[in-house]
Amino acid sequence: MTAKDARIRLEGVAKKFGNVIAVFPTDVEVAQGEFVVILGPSGCGKTTTLRMIAGLEAPSQGSVFINGKDVTRLRPGDRDIAFVFQMFSLYPHLTVQENVAFTMLAQGLSSQEAMRRSGDMLRHLGLGGLVHVRPGNLSGGDQQRVALARALVRSPQAFLMDEPLGTLDGSMREEMRETLRAIHNRSGATTVFVTHDQEEAMGLADRIAVMKDGRVVQFDHPRTIYDNPVNLFVADFVGSPGMNILAGVRRGEWVDVPALGMRLRVAEDGDSEGITSNTASGGECRLGVRPENVLLSEDGSPCVVEHTEALGSHNMLSLRTAAGFLKAWIPAGIRFREGETIGATFLPSGCRWFDGASGEALPWKTLEAVCRPTR
Amino acid sequence: MSVQSGSKTAPVRAVFLAAYAMISLAPVCYMVLTGFKLPADTAALPPRFLPGLTAPENSFWFRFTLGNFQRILADAETLRYLFNSVFVSVCSTVLSVAVGSLAGYGFSRFPFRGGRDALFFVLSTRMLPPLAVAVPISFMYSRLGILDTRFGLILLYTCFNLSFTTWMMKAFIDEIPTAYEEAAMLDGHSRLEALLRVVLPQAAPGIAATAVFSLISAWNEYAFALTLTSTDAVTMPVRIHAIIGDNSAIPWGPLSAAASLFLLPIVFFGLAMRKHLIRGVTFGAVKG
Repeated sequence: MTAKDARIRLEGVAKKFGNVIAVFPTDVEVAQGEFVVILGPSGCGKTTTLRMIAGLEAPSQGSVFINGKDVTRLRPGDRDIAFVFQMFSLYPHLTVQENVAFTMLAQGLSSQEAMRRSGDMLRHLGLGGLVHVRPGNLSGGDQQRVALARALVRSPQAFLMDEPLGTLDGSMREEMRETLRAIHNRSGATTVFVTHDQEEAMGLADRIAVMKDGRVVQFDHPRTIYDNPVNLFVADFVGSPGMNILAGVRRGEWVDVPALGMRLRVAEDGDSEGITSNTASGGECRLGVRPENVLLSEDGSPCVVEHTEALGSHNMLSLRTAAGFLKAWIPAGIRFREGETIGATFLPSGCRWFDGASGEALPWKTLEAVCRPTR
Repeated sequence: MSVQSGSKTAPVRAVFLAAYAMISLAPVCYMVLTGFKLPADTAALPPRFLPGLTAPENSFWFRFTLGNFQRILADAETLRYLFNSVFVSVCSTVLSVAVGSLAGYGFSRFPFRGGRDALFFVLSTRMLPPLAVAVPISFMYSRLGILDTRFGLILLYTCFNLSFTTWMMKAFIDEIPTAYEEAAMLDGHSRLEALLRVVLPQAAPGIAATAVFSLISAWNEYAFALTLTSTDAVTMPVRIHAIIGDNSAIPWGPLSAAASLFLLPIVFFGLAMRKHLIRGVTFGAVKG
């Protein structure tokens, strides 16, 4: 498992199925040794993008480069990559050891040598007891472990993984996530991983490419995506739950948030000026606040407690506002009675602003939040 | 489709199946018994179905004889026709399953323009009655010089069965996730290798089921065999019909013996493939 120099670059890669555009022209560059997660809801084109890197789909336009070499016209087998499928990729008619060995036969290895290396790899991953078992008799987790062994055994330039943990249940997923990350840290191989699970993406990725409707809407470090989503879609999709989104109306340097009867003072945040004009005075905008940035305070805007969800390490509080609900994290020990009225305000540094019409992020910073009880 | 044993409906089902088996097997059993009868016992009333050494008047006993079978097994011509049947059926089955698998794979994996129409067109060859095309085919065969040859029959049966072997194999291959062959191709195997070493082994139950249907269809075929053969390539269905002859008295004994012998190979084949047949029929249903 030696690291090879494997950068992956997509240049204007797009895919059309008939008249349906699955992926719009996309430029993405994955650095050597990087773990990139493509995150998006189903049907957003993430799997198609991955399959184009692998060569399982031919791009309708654009080029795929691996390690600086144009591989767009190369067959999948000539790209020196390994692909881990969501399911159904271990050959049911072969034993586990034969499954792993089969991948090496195409490299011209003798079957004895392939079987020997296969056995070594399986023992290395702690799967030595399963060598003679057929995949049908394995648990989902073990099947994916074997699929990983099969991908690893060839020490390819890059790993491509299409929701490999998608079919596993909770604890198994977490365990496999750790295994994956450990293997990646050890091998240093470039990895592109597709998932619709934002938690998985946050936990695994060096960088996340968030896709929606065939386009990459944001490609950045997990922390940046979480803290500074580029639009309302990312704000809502990333995080569990997503950002609280509240409608606001701009009045000069203040924004009214009617749901809470709250006013926030905003200012341009630095260089980009053009975007602000989208939301002129009197224009609609959206305020996005992560649940951890909702503060409970006696001076806050009054909200009615809908319910408290105990999640062990902390509680999730649901608050009813004049328009919609607000979610807030609170310490595990604190409980509120349902129907109780409490005050809520926001941590100014945790407030994000989006254009009311386009949903794109606005470069505003929040200076203060003033609550004036309306009820 | 799921078969649950031990449920409340199991006894009802068992009775129903037993009755069904008896009804469908009764004519076959009676035919086999008739093969062991002397001419006098074959048409006797009431019917005699208990084999014995003597056959008293008005009893169910008949005089057991191996004569009919001995005569057929000693008849070199009939044995040659039996061989024709075996040879023609097996060859056409192997060919139609092989070509049908490739065609089915193609239709399954490469959705090309007009593919559905092509698939329907393939099936349309089954839609016309054989005798409607028997005359032109026999004319063409005569010009090609393959009339009354085993090759001619193999060619015809292969083409004729190809329509449903293609359809069946497409259905079976549709059920096999593409991830398997994609994984193989990512490992550097060619598509053909992926097909031969990954897809087809998994389609084995489907292949077996398809082969059984194809074999039975070729084995039983009568109309074309009658029109396209005369002496050399005659198959058993034609031969068995010839035993009836044009006498007023049908020789039931020899006829039944010949038919019983004709039945044997396909029954053994069916039994050998039984496991695959069941899996083949439930192929699409067992995957969750």
